[in-house]
Amino acid sequence: MLIDWFTVLAQVVNFLILMWLLKRFLYLPILNAIDAREKKIAKELADADTKKVEAQKELDEFQHKNAEFEQQRVALMNKATEEAKTERLHLLDKARQAADTLSVKRQESLRIDAHNLNQAISRRIRQEVFAIARKVLTDLAATSLEERLADVFIRRLQDMDEQAKADLGKALKAASEPALVRSAFDLPVAQCTVIQKAINQIFSAQINIRFETEPELISGIELTSNGQKVAWSIVDYLASLEKIVDDLLQEKDKAEAQIKKPPALMRQMDKRAYEADGSMTGHADEEWKQAEQGMHKENPEPVKTEQSAPEVKN
Amino acid sequence: MHLSPDEIIFWQFGFLKLNATIVYTWGLMVVLAVGSILVTRKLSKGLQRSRWQNLLEIVITGIVKQIEEVGMSQPEKYLSFLGTLFLFVAMASLFTIVPGYEPPTGSLSTTAALAICVFVAVPLFGIEQSGLGDYLQAYLKPTVIMLPFNIISEVSRTLALAVRLFGNMMSGTMILAILLTITPFIFPIAMSALGLLTGMVQAYIFSILATVYIAAATRVRNPKPEPTAKH
Repeated sequence: MLIDWFTVLAQVVNFLILMWLLKRFLYLPILNAIDAREKKIAKELADADTKKVEAQKELDEFQHKNAEFEQQRVALMNKATEEAKTERLHLLDKARQAADTLSVKRQESLRIDAHNLNQAISRRIRQEVFAIARKVLTDLAATSLEERLADVFIRRLQDMDEQAKADLGKALKAASEPALVRSAFDLPVAQCTVIQKAINQIFSAQINIRFETEPELISGIELTSNGQKVAWSIVDYLASLEKIVDDLLQEKDKAEAQIKKPPALMRQMDKRAYEADGSMTGHADEEWKQAEQGMHKENPEPVKTEQSAPEVKN
Repeated sequence: MHLSPDEIIFWQFGFLKLNATIVYTWGLMVVLAVGSILVTRKLSKGLQRSRWQNLLEIVITGIVKQIEEVGMSQPEKYLSFLGTLFLFVAMASLFTIVPGYEPPTGSLSTTAALAICVFVAVPLFGIEQSGLGDYLQAYLKPTVIMLPFNIISEVSRTLALAVRLFGNMMSGTMILAILLTITPFIFPIAMSALGLLTGMVQAYIFSILATVYIAAATRVRNPKPEPTAKH
């Protein structure tokens, strides 16, 4: 008998047990491992896809941002350029204004300097005129300038028309304070006495007179009382001298070469001053030179002279 | 000289006996189970894995693919039955290279047991898949007249399964034994190699036939039957 039924039964049982054993220890673990691996691979692929998409997204974003940044940069650059241009114009305007202001100030300062110089010149000329007159009078007529001045002044008082004389006399008599006689230089006592006497005589009254020295006075001598004034003045001489100086300065404006040459008049005046008073002080000399240099420098402003006091003309 | 390892009896107590077939079967079971436990104890779920795990994965996926090719949609469900059939038969013939070993499949009792398992499993899977009524109705197709023929077919194919495997395995062992007495040197080794090949082919044929029978039983209600696998 080829078939042993107990063995058949045993083999069936054995086969079933083997089936269970292999299912438990072989098929399930292996299949699970394969499934897990496949899932893992699928997940990794999905992750890779996600990362790729994210990377693409980030790349896009980055490019977008880059473009935006570039635009902003260009805009900022343009703005900065615009601002710089505006600022430049503004600064240029400011600088121009400052330069204008400086120029105006400088012109003003020049004008003031010229004015001061003119005054200095005028004063000096006056001094020189008197010095020359004094010298000439002493040399030619053995008489002093003060003397002549007093004489001229007295003559002028005498030559006044009657109306003016009456007005002045009234004013002198009515004045509570002594009448004031001002001169550009100290009057000697003799001349003071002569003037006092002459005034007393002319106005037929004892008039109190106070003598004062006023170096700034343009007129040689003047009598002031209660608003009335009599004067002898060298204003006319000075005016003509000023006219000559003005003409010279205008010529200097026209041609600079000519300006550089020392004005003939100034040279003459200088010479005359040395001739008139050989013992000129160092200080005065220096001042004169300064004044001369100032005149040589550019000075487009017309030279103005001091306003002379109103004078009573006969 | 004996035809079947059933005849080698180690111990007997009345109806109960312990013959070589049962002992060698136990040996195979131990080897298979312990080997599986050893390999799957340290299974890797990552991309790196051991060589033994690779081998087992190839074998399992190969079986699964084969079942799929026959036309079953859920191969994992039948894997433990069909896979164990194949592995048992294949291992039984593979171990013939061990001297003194007698393959348990060379015993008609073993092959009959396996054939009975298939004979029982086919209707069980069929009923599980489509219900008892539908399965029984399949015997009446295409007409009622075909019922006896269907039953005869069912029984005869089971018998054929058992005898085919027994004949092949027993013949292999017998030829080897006979040749050893005639030409004791090189020739038996060549025949042993041929026996290995025959054993593998038989394992494949046995399991694939079982697969086809189960597929035929479970495909009763499938409207679009998939093409059957090549035999």
